[in-house]
Amino acid sequence: MIPEIGQFALVLALCLALVQATMPLLGAFLGRTEWMALARPAAAGQFVFVAIAFGVLEYAFLTNDFSVEFVAQHSNSALPAFYKFTAAWGGHEGSMLLWITVLAIWTMAVTVGSRSQPEQFASRVLGVLGIVSAGIIAFSLLTSNPFVRLAPAALDGNDLNPLLQDPGMIFHPPMLYLGYVGVAVPFSFAIAALLTGRLDKDWAKWTRPWTVAAWLCLTIGITLGSWWSYYELGWGGWWFWDPVENSSFMPWLMTTALLHSLAVTERRGIFKSWTVLLAIAAFSLSLLGTFLTRSPVMVSVHAFAADPTRGMFILALLGLISGGGLLLYAFRARELEAEGGFKLVSREAFLLANNILLVIAASVVLFGTLYPLFIDALTGQKISVGPPIFNLFFLLPALPLCALLGIGMHSAWRTMSADTLFQRLKWPAVAAVAAGVILPFVFYRAASVLTVISVSVGIWVCVSSMLDPARKLLLRTGAPLTRGHFGMCLAHFGIGVFILGATMASAYNLEVDVSAKPGDTVNAGNYEFMFRGMKRVEGPNFVADEGEFELRRGGKLITVMTPQKRVYRVQQNPMTEAAINVNPTRDVFLALGDPLGGGAWSLRIQVKPMISFLWFGSGFMALGGILAITDRRYRQLRQKQTVRTEAVGAA
Amino acid sequence: MKPRQQRMALIAGVLVGVVLAVGFGFRAFQENLSYFFSPSDVAAGKAPAGRSFRLGGMVVKDSVQRESGSLTIAFVVTDFANTVPVRYTGVLPDLFKEGKGVVVRGQVGADGNFVAQEVLAKHDENYMPPEVKDALAKSRQAENK
Repeated sequence: MIPEIGQFALVLALCLALVQATMPLLGAFLGRTEWMALARPAAAGQFVFVAIAFGVLEYAFLTNDFSVEFVAQHSNSALPAFYKFTAAWGGHEGSMLLWITVLAIWTMAVTVGSRSQPEQFASRVLGVLGIVSAGIIAFSLLTSNPFVRLAPAALDGNDLNPLLQDPGMIFHPPMLYLGYVGVAVPFSFAIAALLTGRLDKDWAKWTRPWTVAAWLCLTIGITLGSWWSYYELGWGGWWFWDPVENSSFMPWLMTTALLHSLAVTERRGIFKSWTVLLAIAAFSLSLLGTFLTRSPVMVSVHAFAADPTRGMFILALLGLISGGGLLLYAFRARELEAEGGFKLVSREAFLLANNILLVIAASVVLFGTLYPLFIDALTGQKISVGPPIFNLFFLLPALPLCALLGIGMHSAWRTMSADTLFQRLKWPAVAAVAAGVILPFVFYRAASVLTVISVSVGIWVCVSSMLDPARKLLLRTGAPLTRGHFGMCLAHFGIGVFILGATMASAYNLEVDVSAKPGDTVNAGNYEFMFRGMKRVEGPNFVADEGEFELRRGGKLITVMTPQKRVYRVQQNPMTEAAINVNPTRDVFLALGDPLGGGAWSLRIQVKPMISFLWFGSGFMALGGILAITDRRYRQLRQKQTVRTEAVGAA
Repeated sequence: MKPRQQRMALIAGVLVGVVLAVGFGFRAFQENLSYFFSPSDVAAGKAPAGRSFRLGGMVVKDSVQRESGSLTIAFVVTDFANTVPVRYTGVLPDLFKEGKGVVVRGQVGADGNFVAQEVLAKHDENYMPPEVKDALAKSRQAENK
């Protein structure tokens, strides 16, 4: 009975989404206030019913209701409760429901946050969100209903894929979904602006915090995924240019471009049509990502069970939503007039370069992701675009982008003398290049050209983004630092830290596969591993062989590492749990391979310098985003609105 | 030159540069692509010699051989029409198993063995890489003819 309530709630949510998708838009078009007024209640109602549906699915998981097919496929009575909870998004149907839930959360946030905006505009934004929501809920109900019953009910479930039985599963998918579904909000703001024909600085100011919020979640979500893959799935790899990783990374690149373009639109009233186009592109890439993960075309960790009708449905939805957006853009873009110009050396020009390079980077990733699909469709030849190609072609736009970032941050709006800029930045630049050349040689005695360039760029970005905060916080000169400005500096600093981590961890990664018996000592770099022995360990739903290794450096014991080889009871698949010794300057990674006979095991040992910088760097980016959203400008927006409602109340 | 001509020259220059960059980029891209071949393709001599490619199929039952304590392993990959012997030194992925699908990346050595640099097995034991599935379907068709 209870699963049917979930299904029914989802149907009701679809009805309300349809109301939300039609009435407010029609009302805004015909000028009928009572129709526009339907937007908020419909959105709120939809949120409630979606929450009920999601709650019901969770209930089915937590109570082991194996009469629900999706639960029977992805859970098991022996699964720890906390993985039962996360198993709800461990398969296609449930992850679609998560998508819907996340969109409902964003829509709800918009209904609350858009009260200060004109009714005509807000109702159009909610209307567009309603269209997206109706499409996705219809998709879920028609092709991938999570509440389908299994008759007769299964005695026990098929268990959650052991790879997904990890704490990473709690945060990575919801955070990532919050990010790439969140891009729907700037998208609907853009469409609403095209519909009203009003796209001004105010519009940019309203759109910016939402864009930062989506970008922030996307940044955290991608980083968590990368971290998870590093310690669990990827045998120490943190990015594989896997098609599905790419399909979350492309929206990230576009949203980053959008953030910067919005800054120009807010400040100067230019780049308007470009901003709108970026918003449409960013959300289209999000939908494309949803399509790629759910179609039979992908070979990936993330690929869900293949079903062509599902792929076609999402592709049609993608065509409708982005095609419609682009069509509207084609008709309306000409009306978006620029309010001013700028010179070749100015912040606008640097932000334009930022946008162009980010779009090129996203195009490279898109091309590399889709090219094998086209070739397969056209010739039947199976090819794959490997990481070396992606690395090379991605760095071509990315390194100049980061180098320019450091200059652009210090340029002024409208125009600036190139000489002033040069005087201000020459010493930091010289210092960064010097450090980039010297440091790798001091620590590693060898460096490729690419390493020197990347380290220089990384240090350059770190230094130049901290110049302003240092000047203002330490020397107390100049205007006080606003949160928005400091957030920007911090996020850029994070980029620099990230580049350093990525460069060092890739250029000086030490990786060896060895065979060892208990009692053996293995050397890797400056480290010694003493294999003490193996023992049997029992987990709640698995048994494991656990190795014990003493990690020493220069004879001094650092720690005891205990990597495991697990076998989960239900699916009987082996799983490697690596042991990692973390330190800001390097990670030592040890994974058990297979028993080789005679008590020997194969081992994979990796020493990765500065890999923690990747996570710290992303952390700084996210922190910068949080500071930017909580800037006083946006709080004032809210205060004004409270004053207004009070005034209305008093009247 | 008049300013108009100057601008045209600049645009033409940029265009030529972009076309060249894209052209060279695409060539480098093509040269670095990794192609997929089935054991039958390899038997028919379609696979490039001295260049890395991916080979996919099933690991033949009881074909896995390993000297005790050594990291080197030998096994045979089949598409049920032809077979290719493979050698690999290193740690195997968790889901590598006899009788299951596998994709290996490497090149054919002088002795006719495929020397793998990397072994990829899928993340779910029932899941079959589409390339392998296609290759198996093709060899089955060829058999039925």
